[in-house]
Amino acid sequence: MHHLDIAGLDAHYGKMPVLSGIDLTVGRGDIIGLIGPSGSGKSTILRVLMGLLPPSGGTVKLDDEPVNHADRAALRRLRDRIAIVFQQYNLFQNMTVLENVTIAPVKIKKRPRAEVEAEARALLAKVGLGDKLARYPDELSGGQQQRVAIARALALKPEILLLDEVTAALDPELVSEVLDTIRVLAREGMTMLIVSHEMAFIREVASKVVFMADGRVVETGSPAQIFDAPQHQRTRDFVSKILRH
Amino acid sequence: MLSQIIEEWPRFATYYNLVFIAKAALTTLALSALGCVVGSLLGLALAVTRLTHGPALLPLRLLAIGFTELFRRVPFLVTLMLCFFAFQATGADVPLFVVAAVTVTLIAGAFLGEIVRGGLNAVHRNQWEAAAAMNFSLTETIRYVALPQAWRLILPPAFGFFVMFIKDTALASQIGVVELTFVGKVLNNKGFSAALSFGAILIVYFAISYPLARFGARLEARLASPRHRGA
Amino acid sequence: MSYTLQYGQIWPYLPRLFDGAWIALQIAVLAFCGGLAIGTACAAVKSFGPRWLARIVSIYVVFFTNTPQLVQIYFLYFALPDMGVLLSSFAAVLIGMTLNAGAYLTEIQRAGFESRRVSEMEAAEVLGFSRLQQIRYVILPHMARVLFPPLSNHFIIMTLGTSMAAVFGVEELTGQAFNINSQTFRSIEIFSVTAVFYVALTLAASVLLAAIGRYAFRARTGLI
Repeated sequence: MHHLDIAGLDAHYGKMPVLSGIDLTVGRGDIIGLIGPSGSGKSTILRVLMGLLPPSGGTVKLDDEPVNHADRAALRRLRDRIAIVFQQYNLFQNMTVLENVTIAPVKIKKRPRAEVEAEARALLAKVGLGDKLARYPDELSGGQQQRVAIARALALKPEILLLDEVTAALDPELVSEVLDTIRVLAREGMTMLIVSHEMAFIREVASKVVFMADGRVVETGSPAQIFDAPQHQRTRDFVSKILRH
Repeated sequence: MLSQIIEEWPRFATYYNLVFIAKAALTTLALSALGCVVGSLLGLALAVTRLTHGPALLPLRLLAIGFTELFRRVPFLVTLMLCFFAFQATGADVPLFVVAAVTVTLIAGAFLGEIVRGGLNAVHRNQWEAAAAMNFSLTETIRYVALPQAWRLILPPAFGFFVMFIKDTALASQIGVVELTFVGKVLNNKGFSAALSFGAILIVYFAISYPLARFGARLEARLASPRHRGA
Repeated sequence: MSYTLQYGQIWPYLPRLFDGAWIALQIAVLAFCGGLAIGTACAAVKSFGPRWLARIVSIYVVFFTNTPQLVQIYFLYFALPDMGVLLSSFAAVLIGMTLNAGAYLTEIQRAGFESRRVSEMEAAEVLGFSRLQQIRYVILPHMARVLFPPLSNHFIIMTLGTSMAAVFGVEELTGQAFNINSQTFRSIEIFSVTAVFYVALTLAASVLLAAIGRYAFRARTGLI
């Protein structure tokens, strides 16, 4: 049984097709690395999954239950189980670090505040920000903000975590602190879908790598297969270009 | 003119007249304040309506757009007369102050709705997306995320409208609301010269409006500074 | 609720509303042009003139923007005759609205003057533009683009403001509505039709101004 099953997924920005016939399966505990050139549709998959961009065709199944993204209740149930971390962190600017992490569990999931706060403190300590609880996002560095965003997503207790180029907006020296945080999650067996340009990192943590180009999945395989023995020309070009850097 | 005013002054500056003017000034202020407070709630409702998606709420959205366009493009005096006659037609015995307050509310609602909408639209898209991904509904997003960020963009122009209505409600005198302008006309009819009656009223308006306008400008400057937070 | 709407009774009076709308538009255009002249002069004084004169201008602006136009016109119409200046109601309204517009447009024009961009002027200077050429090719086009939207906006506000003239018996749009009302007593009908006239008038003005702004000044005017 697959945990998340995507089949024949299509999406458009206006009239322009951005995803065509995407097939992707995610098992429990999988860490999928989505790679490919800019504009290949990697991030779009995550946006469509979360219901931020309506799909124009195909099916998404969660534990063999089809999810209709146009149905608000179904979308709600899906968002209860999948969380996303954005490239630009998207922290709520009007809230402190602690409020950012607790707002959704308390106000949306209606869980007791004391319990949520205790969890949030533990999560923030885990990402190394136990001393920044009362700070506002604009008082933190990009790497710190992104770690708050990861803690915020984890506070929702998701079954699957989507990471959308979470280090792309960071200064180079701040990248490693965020990657370290993700490594910890990987070790704990978190199911993750990671869109990233950090090839070495993907190779290290991913259980499966998906190479995309022009809105299609070109090739899927283990990190070793994709990086060392790619089957398709597009993959070879991309990988060799990356490795030469 | 000046000698005439000096001659009239002792007769004019009686306790009775001063109280008459002070009460009218309060009525003017109350009219504007009440209209703007209720109007801002109406404006918020209009703004939220226009942010909804989906075909189900399309009629409501069109209604909100129609309301906004209508009351922004009809003069105060015409809206006032419409309210006046509409209340009259229902046969209800509604105080004139209420008729004028409803007029201000309708117009303020239309204008403030646009201000609120502008403020909410200025909240970055990624804030809305993060909220949506965490299962916030539209109203929850507005309440917890968008309004707490947008209010400092919304408040200064909204306050500006409040100050503007202090002057615009002068037209309420036309249906007989005893506010400042009406009192000016009454004093003039009592035999005081127009220069004194209306001059005094102009000064009272100025004394109310100018400090408030200055306060509004300070408010805008203060809220515009990035370090200010609304927690 | 015994009132029944009977629009049929007021159709014969429709031409008078068109006459009224025409007069309203005239008042708005005349007062706006007068106000623009005053406003430009006052803004120039505030930006470049001697201090004492700028002070006087400030007093004028602050006074007129902080008191109601209606009471200003009352003052002109009823107080000036005591000093031997007799104004017709039309003249009193026009003068009042012009002075009022002058005050508001001073503020708008001044913001335009202040928005001159040093970098653009420096670029023109380096390219060898003369002072006059700088004004012709850099400063004026830039100001036109910056100023067009708020000026259009104020024109729309003034078009609505002309309804105040009815209080003084001027037979513009609202004035005609009052007249027709006193003859037919179909109050809601006549004032709702008048409201539609104002919506149409200001919408037409908005569309026209937005088009002019886009083609002439590349101004980004949305519909106001």
